[in-house]
Amino acid sequence: MKNLVFYVFLGILLTNVSLFAQDISFTAKDNPNDDGGAIILEWDVPLTYNEMVITRSTDNENFIEIAVVTPLLKTYIDDENIEDGQEYFYRLSLVDADGEKQSFETNALSSAEWFNTDKISLLIMAVLLGTAITYYIFSARKGKRLYIRKISGLDTIEEAVGRATEMGKPLLFVPGIMDLDDMQTIAGLNILGHLAQKVAQYDSTIHVPVCRSMVLSTAKEIVKESYLRAGRPDAFRPDSVFYLTDDQFGYVAGVDGIILREKPAATFYLGAFYAESLILAETGFESGAIQIAGTAMPTQIPFFVAACDYTLIGEELFAASAYLSNEPNQLGSLKGQDVGKAIIIITLLVGVILEMCGVHFLKDFLATH
Amino acid sequence: MRRQIPMIITFFVGALIIVSEFIPHRPFGNLSTSLEGWFLIISGFAIILGQLSLFKVNIIKIHRKAPNWPYFIIALVSFSIMVICGILWGTQQQPGLLQTSDKMLNFFGMKPFDYIFKYMFENLSATMFSLLAFFMASASYRAFRARSPESTLLLIAAVLVMLGRTTIGSTLTGWIPESLGFLHLPNIASFIMKYPNTAGQRAIMICAGLGVIGSSLRIILGIERSYLGGK
Repeated sequence: MKNLVFYVFLGILLTNVSLFAQDISFTAKDNPNDDGGAIILEWDVPLTYNEMVITRSTDNENFIEIAVVTPLLKTYIDDENIEDGQEYFYRLSLVDADGEKQSFETNALSSAEWFNTDKISLLIMAVLLGTAITYYIFSARKGKRLYIRKISGLDTIEEAVGRATEMGKPLLFVPGIMDLDDMQTIAGLNILGHLAQKVAQYDSTIHVPVCRSMVLSTAKEIVKESYLRAGRPDAFRPDSVFYLTDDQFGYVAGVDGIILREKPAATFYLGAFYAESLILAETGFESGAIQIAGTAMPTQIPFFVAACDYTLIGEELFAASAYLSNEPNQLGSLKGQDVGKAIIIITLLVGVILEMCGVHFLKDFLATH
Repeated sequence: MRRQIPMIITFFVGALIIVSEFIPHRPFGNLSTSLEGWFLIISGFAIILGQLSLFKVNIIKIHRKAPNWPYFIIALVSFSIMVICGILWGTQQQPGLLQTSDKMLNFFGMKPFDYIFKYMFENLSATMFSLLAFFMASASYRAFRARSPESTLLLIAAVLVMLGRTTIGSTLTGWIPESLGFLHLPNIASFIMKYPNTAGQRAIMICAGLGVIGSSLRIILGIERSYLGGK
């Protein structure tokens, strides 16, 4: 009986030891979806270990220390001096509370990928949207009539220019405080082209103070071309587009000064805005100007809605140029965007239903890293 | 040709950027970073254009004795002082052409550029920013006037959020039993901010994202030519 108890105890002990040994894993593989030069190391080690050292070798003999990690970390990306196609050997050395040492070895090669599989969902969405937009552009070209809802803020542009001409006052256009690498600035400048043409036709004047030097050159060229298109190149004044400063509040001070001195008949704030939006819009309101604003910054839209007569909210800013041009090609692209919205709404609804049913496939698929 | 060449460049670069988003392999993977570097280099040169424009516009106004013309002199003098101090004595991180003497450092406590930046420029910027508080009050007053059902709704939501975010909100509804905790003003404020507000903001952001895609495609395909002076 004593022997039986002893063997049972020994059996349990050995099972536990073997289980304990199986608990530890250490693997290395190429870091996925990158341009090479990185290997990802993963381990599963009990939290009882407090010191873990990772070493690396190219010949499996001479190992150099690359990192000291903890079991909690779970992964480590080795991207220092890794050459693609070269085999690397890794050793994870552990020291337990009793000072006993263990080590685990693995090896891997690094390579660069030609397609980022994390972005499949993005590619599908881009293809769907691109197809929808292209389809409607060609439909519009063939003469299909497309319904585009009225945007009051844009319909008022002509009225604002006319008012400025009658009052003998200038118009003020502010293209936001961001540079040309922001799409909102480009959208604002596209509207400036249409506005400047109206200004040239009505023989009014426009002031365009800008916050960035790159925007200065672009805005100047746009206004000049608009005057040319209106058949009035002689009326273009190069000084109507001018640089103030790159500094946010320095720019606000400059624009506020222009509003208070010149008392423009209409002010346009179209582009990317931050904390300066309300300071500009309220000063414009005090001066009695017609105010048309447009931005895609969700935090600034309420300020413009409160202080301006018309506000282009989000996508309306990007649609404005196409709307004003009234060209079938451009209007077709707006219709394509609406199809994109429908696709997103359907995806959201399906996603919500699936999540409520405990199916996480769609959420996981759409998530990109 | 004057418009076609820029349009071809735009199409080529735009298409390349889209493709590089999905291909991590060199040279596509770091293409957008390289192009951002190019943008910064071009911006560096464009700054000179900006400064020239600033000088030209101000000098013309001074020459024509435009209303308030002495202020334009102050702008140019301030600009020149900053440029001269920066070039001659540098900043905290960058040395200038001249060595900063101990006498000057003892007098200002730092380099002249940093002194002007810290004790003049930063204060002037903060002054402009602080105006926001007053403008916010006047704009809120107009926005919250109950003229229509929508503005009434806005007024109610705003009052609930404002009360819920202050200690008075907790005091006013503190007596409500825990079982009716959803009626506590701080909880109502959190609910409004977390659900209707976030939903609205996300809707705007999704639509704006679609707008960006649509605008980008129009520009890349050469349909949108306003930025080149076209229709």
